[in-house]
Amino acid sequence: MSDFVYQLRDVTKEYNGRRVLQVDGLDIRPGEIFALVGPSGAGKSTMLRLLNFLEHPTTGRIHFREAEFNPSRPMPLKLRRRVTTVFQSPLLLNRSVGANVSYGLRLRGRRNSGRRVEAALKEVGLKHMARQRARTLSGGEAQRVALARAIVLQPDVLLLDEPTANLDPYNVGLIEDIVQALNRQRQTTVVLVTHNVFQAKRLAHRVALLLEGQIVEASDVEMFFESPRDPRTAAFVRGEMVY
Amino acid sequence: MFQAIQLIITRDPALFEIVALSLRVSSTALLFSTLVGVPLGAALGLSRFAGRRLVIALLYTGMGFPPVVIGLFVYLMLSRSGPLGSLNSPLIPALFTPGAMVVAQSIISFPLVGGFTMAAVMGVDPQLRQQVRSLGATPWQTTLAVLTEARVGVVVSIIAGFGSIISEVGAVMMVGGNIEGRTRVLTTAIVLETSKGNFDLAMAIGVILLGLAFLANVAMLSLQGRAFSNE
Ligand SMILES: Nc1ncnc2c1ncn2[C@@H]1O[C@H](COP(=O)(O)OP(=O)(O)OP(=O)(O)O)[C@@H](O)[C@H]1O
Ligand SMILES: [Mg+2]
Repeated sequence: MSDFVYQLRDVTKEYNGRRVLQVDGLDIRPGEIFALVGPSGAGKSTMLRLLNFLEHPTTGRIHFREAEFNPSRPMPLKLRRRVTTVFQSPLLLNRSVGANVSYGLRLRGRRNSGRRVEAALKEVGLKHMARQRARTLSGGEAQRVALARAIVLQPDVLLLDEPTANLDPYNVGLIEDIVQALNRQRQTTVVLVTHNVFQAKRLAHRVALLLEGQIVEASDVEMFFESPRDPRTAAFVRGEMVY
Repeated sequence: MFQAIQLIITRDPALFEIVALSLRVSSTALLFSTLVGVPLGAALGLSRFAGRRLVIALLYTGMGFPPVVIGLFVYLMLSRSGPLGSLNSPLIPALFTPGAMVVAQSIISFPLVGGFTMAAVMGVDPQLRQQVRSLGATPWQTTLAVLTEARVGVVVSIIAGFGSIISEVGAVMMVGGNIEGRTRVLTTAIVLETSKGNFDLAMAIGVILLGLAFLANVAMLSLQGRAFSNE
């Protein structure tokens, strides 16, 4: 196995001529939980969209396993389907909970997905809710369905964009446990975007601070929190504003 | 009202033919305009391409275009000396046939289907599209997912298309000719009976038309209703 899942080289992303992301070099390793922290507007969600191949970078290249994703080359469907995102808001389809969870499997032509759907729902603690309409769920339930919909696909890489923002401590704990279990049992690589530094500390093996589109520091979790190299990291860890 | 209907049915069995032809022509036209309008609306709503604004402007114009003008246009195209009629192709219907009426009604209704479908599709959260792609959807599957999310509006677009043609009289009169037993439909029959002074018969046919339109819409609504519930 190679020593990276993603390798970013000179990646930039611009919207209407405004550069919102500039990553000179970054590797994401197989089986790690990689936390991306930073203030609002830093470019975290943009980074995840690139890592899920939903948008092309403006310049540079992203190596994913044996393939290269760049401004003009798309990612082959087969590899693209090894990655999935749980977004900041649950974005459920206006169907039943069960239909939402089985959706990705049906896209892949799997018909009899009943047992896997059931297992995924059980994992997020919503075993008996398969028939309920997704629109009628509470916020925490909806976010857990979004997570179930992703993990049922058994992806190699799971991208999480603030998966616990606006949730109560019970749901936060539940989701963190699921992500950790997934990472331990299936060696799923996780990229976790959060502006909660404590969550990063609890879950991540490595942490990167993103400020105004640039990675200030990326290091092992102990190093990041105990002896940060960059003063801006130190300030962010202490919870001070770093704009 | 029921008396009037009973009256017609016993007095004029040819009326069945008129009803059947009305439904056949309008549902065939609706099928064509759905097959064109829904993909067109989806494409306009979901993608950005050169000339998109122009196509949308044309579509909006088509949504409010006077049917008689479309009738005139189809008449000129299909008449024996017209650019299409002179080809003598078996694929091109002749004037004064149900085929010509289908052509006119398709042209009248597809801008409505397309325009309303576009609006419905644009109302779906663009982020949901990214979510669906992130779950592994191909571009086709993404479009299908968005149309499914917008299904209420898409059915409304088809209902609007149907409403525009089942009750239309000018164009079918021009290109169909209101020939008894061949191209007479409910609306042209009403015009004829009114001009002959048979107001009660005209009124009764009008009631039948209303009833049919209502039933057709109930049928389409049930389609929507099923879409609301679980799979
Ligand atoms: N599609 C787009 N078009 C134009 N600008 C965009 C687009 N998407 C993002 N941006 C801009 O890029 C910058 C980074 O946005 P992004 O959503 O990645 O931030 P973030 O770090 O996820 O913030 P938050 O923590 O608030 O979610 C912002 O200034 C945003 O306005
Ligand atoms: Mg964000």
